[in-house]
Amino acid sequence: MMGFQPVILATDALIYLLVILALAFAWYTRRHAHLRAPWRRVAASRTAMGALVVIAVYVVIGLLDTLHFRPASGEDAQGHARYASEVQSVLDLLATPLVAHREKTYSAPFATHLYTRETIELPGGGQVRDFPRLKWGGAHLGDPARRAGDIAWRSAAGVALGAAAWLLWMALALRRHPGGWRAWWADPGRAPMRTAAWVWLVVLILAGLVLTLAGVYHILGTDKVGEDVFYQSLKSIRTGLVIGTLTTLVMLPAAILLGIMAGYFRGWVDDVIQYLYTTLSSVPGVLLIAAAVLMMQIYMNNHQDEFNSLTERADLRLLFLCVILGVTSWTSLCRLLRGETLKLRQLEYVQAAQAFGVGHFTTLMRHILPNVMHIVLIVVVLDFSGLVLAEAVLSYINIGVDPNTNSWGNMINSARLELAREPVVWWSLAAAFVFMFVLVLAANLFADVVRDAFDPRLRERS
Amino acid sequence: MMAYIVRRLLYAIPILIGVNLLTFVLFFVVNSPDDMARMHLGVKRVTDAAIQQWKHERGYDKPLVWNEQAEGAGHLTDTIFFDKSLRLFAFDFGQSDSGRNIGHDISQRMWPSLAIAVPVMLVGLLVNISFSLLLAFFRGTYLDFWGVVLCVAMMSISGLFYIIGGQVLLGKLLNLFPISGYDTGPHAWKFLVLPVVIGVVSAIGAGSRWYRTLFLEEINKDFVRSARAKGLSEQRVLFVHVLRNALIPILTGVVVILPSLFMGSLLLESFFGVPGLGSYTIDAINRQDFAIVRAMVFLGAVLYILGLLLTDISYTIADPRVRLE
Repeated sequence: MMGFQPVILATDALIYLLVILALAFAWYTRRHAHLRAPWRRVAASRTAMGALVVIAVYVVIGLLDTLHFRPASGEDAQGHARYASEVQSVLDLLATPLVAHREKTYSAPFATHLYTRETIELPGGGQVRDFPRLKWGGAHLGDPARRAGDIAWRSAAGVALGAAAWLLWMALALRRHPGGWRAWWADPGRAPMRTAAWVWLVVLILAGLVLTLAGVYHILGTDKVGEDVFYQSLKSIRTGLVIGTLTTLVMLPAAILLGIMAGYFRGWVDDVIQYLYTTLSSVPGVLLIAAAVLMMQIYMNNHQDEFNSLTERADLRLLFLCVILGVTSWTSLCRLLRGETLKLRQLEYVQAAQAFGVGHFTTLMRHILPNVMHIVLIVVVLDFSGLVLAEAVLSYINIGVDPNTNSWGNMINSARLELAREPVVWWSLAAAFVFMFVLVLAANLFADVVRDAFDPRLRERS
Repeated sequence: MMAYIVRRLLYAIPILIGVNLLTFVLFFVVNSPDDMARMHLGVKRVTDAAIQQWKHERGYDKPLVWNEQAEGAGHLTDTIFFDKSLRLFAFDFGQSDSGRNIGHDISQRMWPSLAIAVPVMLVGLLVNISFSLLLAFFRGTYLDFWGVVLCVAMMSISGLFYIIGGQVLLGKLLNLFPISGYDTGPHAWKFLVLPVVIGVVSAIGAGSRWYRTLFLEEINKDFVRSARAKGLSEQRVLFVHVLRNALIPILTGVVVILPSLFMGSLLLESFFGVPGLGSYTIDAINRQDFAIVRAMVFLGAVLYILGLLLTDISYTIADPRVRLE
């Protein structure tokens, strides 16, 4: 039995905190009818439910990639387990074949041969320059010419597997439904759930295809050092989600506190806070991020011994990037909250509270804060997709995540130089763009519905 | 009006001082000039003499804010804060870390930036308004629905994809335009077409959807209903009554970015090798030339504040109901 030692990186801890907060929020919402109402409007939207399935799949993959551990690598003299220095995640464990199947360099999706010519020693002596066979991709085929048939056969098996899993899932889910699946299928009120079910079918079929194909082919090719691009894309999901969610998490306390204080107290408090956010927002965001990241790079270069491992260092850099992005993006939320609080403080119930002698703190917490939370929620959801896209751009300018971290931005950055090759090495770029596009599209569609459900008047800021 | 403008300009001073202090703290207090020198010269195997030399050449060997050795006003003026930060207020950007005059570079490089940014803005405005008017005209139909879906999908595509995809498709496969480069002569337009097209296309999604909501907001107002009740044609209602009123938020949204056009587009310029201020900034970031980044932060803040002021003024011109106090 192999032992393991759990590892909690800085971003992991914050993700766990975020999950706990989300669960607590969901539990609280369930018990209050007025909070449930807007969510019911979200649930009545077909777009939102379909998008939610996609987002959920990404989140599950991201969470699997968050459970970090160090596998045991043997025992020392006293019989205590020793652990490898390399940190792994549960996702790595599930994708072991993808990690292990490392080629020499580039190979196209589903290729059986390397992308570049090499000098091959012939068995009978002599040499020839040709594309060598891949070590893993299509290695089970005796004759590479049988590839097309093999792919078709495996694809059919994958589709059948996905469809079967879907049927099983639906049968289990609808087992207790009154009237059986026919009633469920005909019920117009269940249209959003049916959309979700169709999206789920697509997801399961894709998963089936991955199961049957990814083990023996590189379904998205390999990159310059021969690493599987599909694996890289999966690993990048966590980075994208972390940037999209933790950034707002770290900026929320400051934005909420300062925003409602400025609107509630007015006077010099308002002046100071307004000055603060006007100053910060007048610096172009990219430049502020660049300046801060450059300074962090200097610090990390000069204090290299303070970090235990490369993983830890890359992780801290990711967290720092979230903080910096948060500093540049809290100002708009702060401004919105200030405006809303200015309106709320004039309302009768706030004035009544003040007349009864309720303290400022209690008024803020009980009467103002709960009534601006919908704005917070809308901004969090709306900002998510922009942040995911921003990561790619920042990594392109080399002020994004650590070059060792898997991220879509890093994939694009390292692949774009290969476009000059003939024929073009397109698969890394395409994989990163497609993975990013699906997540951002789902998030955008979902965010629109959430905004309309919670506050249709709050138009997006252009 | 004059008094308002003067007051706003005075209000900009503390903000710029704040920006200045922020960059000063980021660049000189969080990391000392010694750290910067070590970064540039290589972390290991660097002698103290080399660090002193590097700092002296760039004027980083002075005290931060208070010079003990100097006389009189020199206590304050012969310092890094005065030299590197306060001088920016006179638009004296000084020397870059590689020894070039930043002010001269900026005045040279702002023209290519404008040559890309102005057409992108104008053509983009035209395309977005036409497309969103089309959607508003066919509101509630399938055309409108799928148009909005298209907008959301286009918004969800990374800006990098537009650039790389455009370069490969239009530049490499169809061979219509040069993939990158820049020229000042009569052939300059050849190099400008591709970045401008890509700049416009990448902004259609967000822009059109935003304008569409503005149009729909106007369409539901009372004066539009009475215009229809008078028997005006739908085209006339749309182009005269709706468009003119919705143009107010659109134009003010454009005015706020007008001054920032000088800064150029970071991505477009660096991908297409345009020698503008955007690629200047990116190069500085990659070469870790802090003097240039500092200058651009200050310049960006000035232009942003100017944009806000112009927005407020343009409101009073476009909409006589708004009075500035």
